[in-house]
Amino acid sequence: MTVFCLVETDDGAITDASLRALTLARELAAKGLAADGLAADANGSNGGPVLAAVVFGDPPTADLAAYGIPDVYAVSGIDGYAPQAWARALDELLSPEPAPEMAGHAVVAAGTDRGNEVLAHLGAITGLPMAANCTAAVDNGGALEITRQRWAGLLLEEALLEAPVALLTVATDAVSPVPANELAAVAVHAVAPVLAEGDLAVRAVETSAGTGGASLATARVVIGGGRGVGSAEGFAPLEELAALLGGVVGVSRVVTSEGWRPHTQQVGQTGTKITPDLYLACGISGAIQHIAGCSGAKNIIAINTDPDAPMMTRADYAVVGNLHEVIPALVAALRERAAGPPVFPVG
Amino acid sequence: MEILVCVKRVPTVGGAITLTADGRSVDTRMSGFTISPHEECAVEEAVRLVERFGGSVTVVTLGPVAAEEQLRACLALGASAAILLELAWGVEAGPLATAAALFSVAQSSVAQSSAAVGGGFDLVLLGNEASDTGDYQVGIRLAHLLGRPVATGIKSLSVADSGESVVASRTYRGTLETFSLPLPCVVTVKEGINLPRYPSLPGRLRAKRAAITRVPVSPEPEGLRMTSLRVPDAPRQQATVLGHGVAAVPALVTALSELGVIS
Repeated sequence: MTVFCLVETDDGAITDASLRALTLARELAAKGLAADGLAADANGSNGGPVLAAVVFGDPPTADLAAYGIPDVYAVSGIDGYAPQAWARALDELLSPEPAPEMAGHAVVAAGTDRGNEVLAHLGAITGLPMAANCTAAVDNGGALEITRQRWAGLLLEEALLEAPVALLTVATDAVSPVPANELAAVAVHAVAPVLAEGDLAVRAVETSAGTGGASLATARVVIGGGRGVGSAEGFAPLEELAALLGGVVGVSRVVTSEGWRPHTQQVGQTGTKITPDLYLACGISGAIQHIAGCSGAKNIIAINTDPDAPMMTRADYAVVGNLHEVIPALVAALRERAAGPPVFPVG
Repeated sequence: MEILVCVKRVPTVGGAITLTADGRSVDTRMSGFTISPHEECAVEEAVRLVERFGGSVTVVTLGPVAAEEQLRACLALGASAAILLELAWGVEAGPLATAAALFSVAQSSVAQSSAAVGGGFDLVLLGNEASDTGDYQVGIRLAHLLGRPVATGIKSLSVADSGESVVASRTYRGTLETFSLPLPCVVTVKEGINLPRYPSLPGRLRAKRAAITRVPVSPEPEGLRMTSLRVPDAPRQQATVLGHGVAAVPALVTALSELGVIS
């Protein structure tokens, strides 16, 4: 069997979400090999690779080596992002001419807009089932035992996936990205898929969204604002703090329904799921749908006047207080710190 | 313009999700039901397009008889026909069966809207994903069955004045992705594409009286089968309180430093 992993890149590096997918794919391949008694072999029984990345564009070989991925299919001939064409290329890898033998394979992708979309197209093209946003997958020799997110991760589903080829996407906020113990020597295989009519009919034209660089989904620091911010103008100190910490502002649902901030900044089940090193949640009570969007944060600090708000009890650190006092004071303290140690008059 | 909007009845989730004793479904004895925010926006988008171009909105759901409640809520917002693809109580349909059942409507005949005479809708709208099962695929599978182009996760949709094509866009990793599609097509939308209206009183009265077409459906089992559900382990211990008000700022700065956010 071969575990194929669709890898997304950004400026030549593998995205965080795809590193998580690669981690799950690598574990699935290792366990599948053990189950097949093929662990000693470098190759699967059909002579194909056991674990392979699939990249549209230039292969990020250094990252792949670090994650222990020995083979990469570099797909050319598709200009830009065209979801159905990407799925067609994966379909051709599954059933290479002239020997269509696809049993036992798996295709893994990140649970991103693109990953879920491409694998759903692949599912539609092949008639195969697809499991979205998995957090674990184990090959028990017949069916795959998978765990996947429902309700954006507020519930976990245990399921059996029985299919000739398993199609999985990996939750972007659950599996931790872990490099391999040993560097792999990466072999690059060039692939030029034969597309069907209509595969390129829907294709993305990409332009800057004017968000000033860092996106909410990938930011290392997110400064969150909720109902407690009180108004559109109330976000100025949060913006200032975000700029100081090299982060971006994220908001709760009430903030976008009030029209204080655009929906692109919404964190939560129906907004963006974030995975920063720090989420600083200001004046956010912590509705369950919001928690679903920020539970992938490594650390949470909450500032709220209500010490019993769910966000406060869910956080690692809490400050009980009014954000309109605490944030400006924090900004002042950080500016003072950046300016250097205070100089006391000698007298 | 004839538009079909696909919606799903899901529990209204408040403070916490609790499961039934057998661990196979969400305990809904204490909860109300709704459709997902994405789908509320899909209905709103459809109603706005019909206000601009004429035509009508048909809303369809696959679910138990009780899902008529959600269909009537959509009728109150401006949909003019509703179809219930009826599942027996306790039966759930997977994404392949859901797409197949929706296909039967999207293609044709069952729809009583005048539009469907010509065999189909100009535009089929869905939410990007259902808020409960989160399968992220029904719209795409439906589009393939219909042989129509599809764009997903859309947060901005504009239909050309000619009514012959749409431009749909979404933001992905800080980049705006814009897709151009000919009509007819399928589009899945996300919350944020618009701000849904509240139902008017006349709308609600009309919805109350409206006839709903009911079609029984028996879904096939699928390759992906849920065996149990569980609530994830409670994540963290009690938060460390750094202090109260501005007096907590020095401790906050120390915490930021320890977390490596500031040097």
